[in-house]
Amino acid sequence: MSAERGTGNRTDVLAAGWRTRLRWPRAWRSPLGILGAVIAVAWVLVAFTASWWVPFEPNAQVLPRLQEPGVDTLLGTDGTGRDIFSRLMTGATVTIPLALMLVVAAMVIGTVVGAVAGYFGRWIDETLMRITDLVMAFPTVILAMVVAASLGPSLFNAVIAAIVVSWPQYARVTRSLVLGLRGQNYVIAGRLLGRSPLKSLTVDILPNIVGPMLVLATLDIGAAILLLSGLSFLGLGAQPPTAEWGSMISSAIQNFDAWWLGVFPGLAILTVVAAFNFLGDALRDILDPTAEVARENQADRTSSATGAAA
Amino acid sequence: MTGVLTIDELTVDIGRPLVKGVSLDLHPGRIHGLAGESGSGKTLTSLAVLGLLPRQATTGGSVRLGDTELLRMGRRELNRIRGRRIAMVFQDPSSALHPQLTVGHQLTDHVRTHLGLNRSDARDHAVEMLERVAVPNAADALGRYPHQFSGGQRQRICIAIALACDPDVLLADEPTTALDVTVQAGILQLLRDLATERELAVLLVTHDLGVMSAIADDVAVMRDGRIVEAADRATIFAAPQHDYTRGLLAALPGSRLETGTHLEEDGA
Amino acid sequence: MSTGTTSAGTAGPRTRTRRARSPLARYLLRRAGTSVLLLIGVTIVTFTLTNLVPGDPVSAALGEGAAQNPETREAFIRSRGLDQPFVVQYFLYMGNLLRGDLGTSLVTGRAVTTDLATAVPATVEIAIAAIVVSLAVSIVLGTLAAYRRGLVADQVVRVVTLVGLSVPTFWLALVSFYLFFLQLRIAPGSGRISPSITPPPRVTGFYTIDYLLNGDGVGFLDAAAHLALPVLVLSLVTIGLLTRFIRTSVLEVLASDYVRAARAKGVSGARVVLDYVLRGASLPILTVVGVAFGALLSGTVLVESVFSWPGLGTYAYNSASNLDLPGIMGVGLVVGVIYLVINFIVDLLYGVLDPRVRLA
Repeated sequence: MSAERGTGNRTDVLAAGWRTRLRWPRAWRSPLGILGAVIAVAWVLVAFTASWWVPFEPNAQVLPRLQEPGVDTLLGTDGTGRDIFSRLMTGATVTIPLALMLVVAAMVIGTVVGAVAGYFGRWIDETLMRITDLVMAFPTVILAMVVAASLGPSLFNAVIAAIVVSWPQYARVTRSLVLGLRGQNYVIAGRLLGRSPLKSLTVDILPNIVGPMLVLATLDIGAAILLLSGLSFLGLGAQPPTAEWGSMISSAIQNFDAWWLGVFPGLAILTVVAAFNFLGDALRDILDPTAEVARENQADRTSSATGAAA
Repeated sequence: MTGVLTIDELTVDIGRPLVKGVSLDLHPGRIHGLAGESGSGKTLTSLAVLGLLPRQATTGGSVRLGDTELLRMGRRELNRIRGRRIAMVFQDPSSALHPQLTVGHQLTDHVRTHLGLNRSDARDHAVEMLERVAVPNAADALGRYPHQFSGGQRQRICIAIALACDPDVLLADEPTTALDVTVQAGILQLLRDLATERELAVLLVTHDLGVMSAIADDVAVMRDGRIVEAADRATIFAAPQHDYTRGLLAALPGSRLETGTHLEEDGA
Repeated sequence: MSTGTTSAGTAGPRTRTRRARSPLARYLLRRAGTSVLLLIGVTIVTFTLTNLVPGDPVSAALGEGAAQNPETREAFIRSRGLDQPFVVQYFLYMGNLLRGDLGTSLVTGRAVTTDLATAVPATVEIAIAAIVVSLAVSIVLGTLAAYRRGLVADQVVRVVTLVGLSVPTFWLALVSFYLFFLQLRIAPGSGRISPSITPPPRVTGFYTIDYLLNGDGVGFLDAAAHLALPVLVLSLVTIGLLTRFIRTSVLEVLASDYVRAARAKGVSGARVVLDYVLRGASLPILTVVGVAFGALLSGTVLVESVFSWPGLGTYAYNSASNLDLPGIMGVGLVVGVIYLVINFIVDLLYGVLDPRVRLA
């Protein structure tokens, strides 16, 4: 990896369109990215199949209370005799699909807002970006908390609140990308050929934005999971007795002696979030929406190719 | 006769060979032009002298300052040579000066390290240097920031920084390329005068043969990591031996060549 | 700055005198203007959200019990102008706000402003300590990673920061509390000070500083010890955020001509890092510190309640879990204001650090 980062190869890679940039073999060379992908896929599989194979009903209070992790109950039982392992796996079926959905929703909203703002400019841009600024003037958890509280505590409302605080980053990045693309000759040529603004936006500009947005979204899945479980931890998301990681940790506060109550749900969140972050980070190395790679590339260009440019 | 700086069969490899055996001799008071198009390896050659190549670069051959070999020198020792015995001027003065540091800071920090001057002596010295390179209101300029100067003045400041410790060798990498045509002549004149006055051996790296014809004493033409032709200026411009040199000369607008020659006659 | 007033150099005398008069002041005015606009926006957001509440806003604001009482109900409706149009209601709300009336907390039964007055300094103390710690750590890590780019140190820093960004803070708070207090007994217990110690006379509201001002060494040490664990937990996320960014900024600066020029003149490696590289990276770092502060405030909500730290986070947690709308809105508003103040300070520092802003 180190040798590869040093060379100027990525310059040409970057110069091409994003589709050609997304060379999978290159992504697979990042060990962290592979690790992240494997764990993420595993958790997603759990999320969609767990209900069929968990040993106990997640809410069935059938076991001895506060059993330590052991042979019969892998990760122990909680204060009402529910199996922690079953609840943990069921937690994935709650959190992961919702996080994926909310990220997609935020991405779509943000991309549309940012693209419209960047493409049309003037007062449309002003208005939309001031709204974006306004949402971003609040720290995410605080705003999400306020929104979720005023809508009333439920998992659904927590998802809405998370969408409300998540879309602006997509809007910002999209806008700056569109601003850059709008002046490109091929876009101007397209307009001169008589394409309507909508057509120009969807045909000439949008395809170049999809890639960066997907990377941003991958990086955002982890944040979404943290946000959702955080809201549930605060009591504003999933309500008991739903098996959800954040609220499992929240209830663990009441019983410090039974360490397994809180430790395992936290590890579940940690592994799934880290997996998506590793994956997103590897993707960003290849194709970067916030221009880190572009910058690094420039660094490459100027340092290693000072001679080539001479 | 060997010069003050001798480059002998220098090679530079960054993933692939980019400089493939370059030999040059720099002499006090003479400007040695190194010409060639982009990618010919001329900037790498000058960076290699000061050990400023990127980490992954490997070098071969030798670069000697007097009797001292520079290529395999440790970082600490090299820092005593850099700026003190061999200095460098870069292509774009607007990026070669730190935007958040005053001109005075950038003009004195290495002087204090190299010459062991105290703050006020270094300051006095800096004022002298700025006056020498004809930056107006020198004393005042020390407290100002690079963005408050014009491009030409910034390059004069860069030259003052380079020459502040009275080095033996100056490496000038495209020193006029980023400047307006109108101020180029002044900078070149300054370099010519300083070379003569301070017995400075100058390596002038440029793709611009007009610049070369204006002030260089000797010219070497590089292509693809090798020197294809080297001679004194008159010979190169009057009777180029190599096809590549002839091609370069043919690409040069006649007027540029003439104004360049004119300048040199004025100055010398 | 003084040099800016001298009429010398390249620019004509006319432009110079105009420049010298007010660039920083003008810059600050513009920034202050934006902040005020955003502030108004923040009040609109919190107000709108208060009115979003499904169901009966009176019982939501007063609690089910109080809302049963017709007199209380009537008084509330009149004081909030709930029978008035939306816009009028907003101005009534603003009027109350400007008079410092954010309503009464259902949890504590006190005025929300009174509660916030003690909660805000507690949180700001943690946040400042955490930003200092994380900035110090991430400047070292980020610079190291950039200098060792692609090598082992870089990869290690990358893994550490990515994991730091992936840890749920509330869980980390819980685990570290369990480990360092309940098991190892290294850390002091919850709260801002030990129960045996009396709080300092209030000057700044920051216990550590107030103890120092009072010349109380024991109190200071106790308060600092209580601060340590929550600060470390909170710092981890910010370290992740800042380190990645600092690495990128330093890489960018390392490739710049001015760093190469500094090397070419024989300035020592340490000087290059301190004088040239970090100074060059300071502006982007400053920008991201503003962002990190937001993440930090988000973190406090999730962390404080675990440590029973009587700050905004705990207050928000208690309000949220009891559906105490006045309390939650108060927190939302005050955090929005804090965030704006931070951004204004960032802008100010921008002017200090960048002569092109200061003197342009």
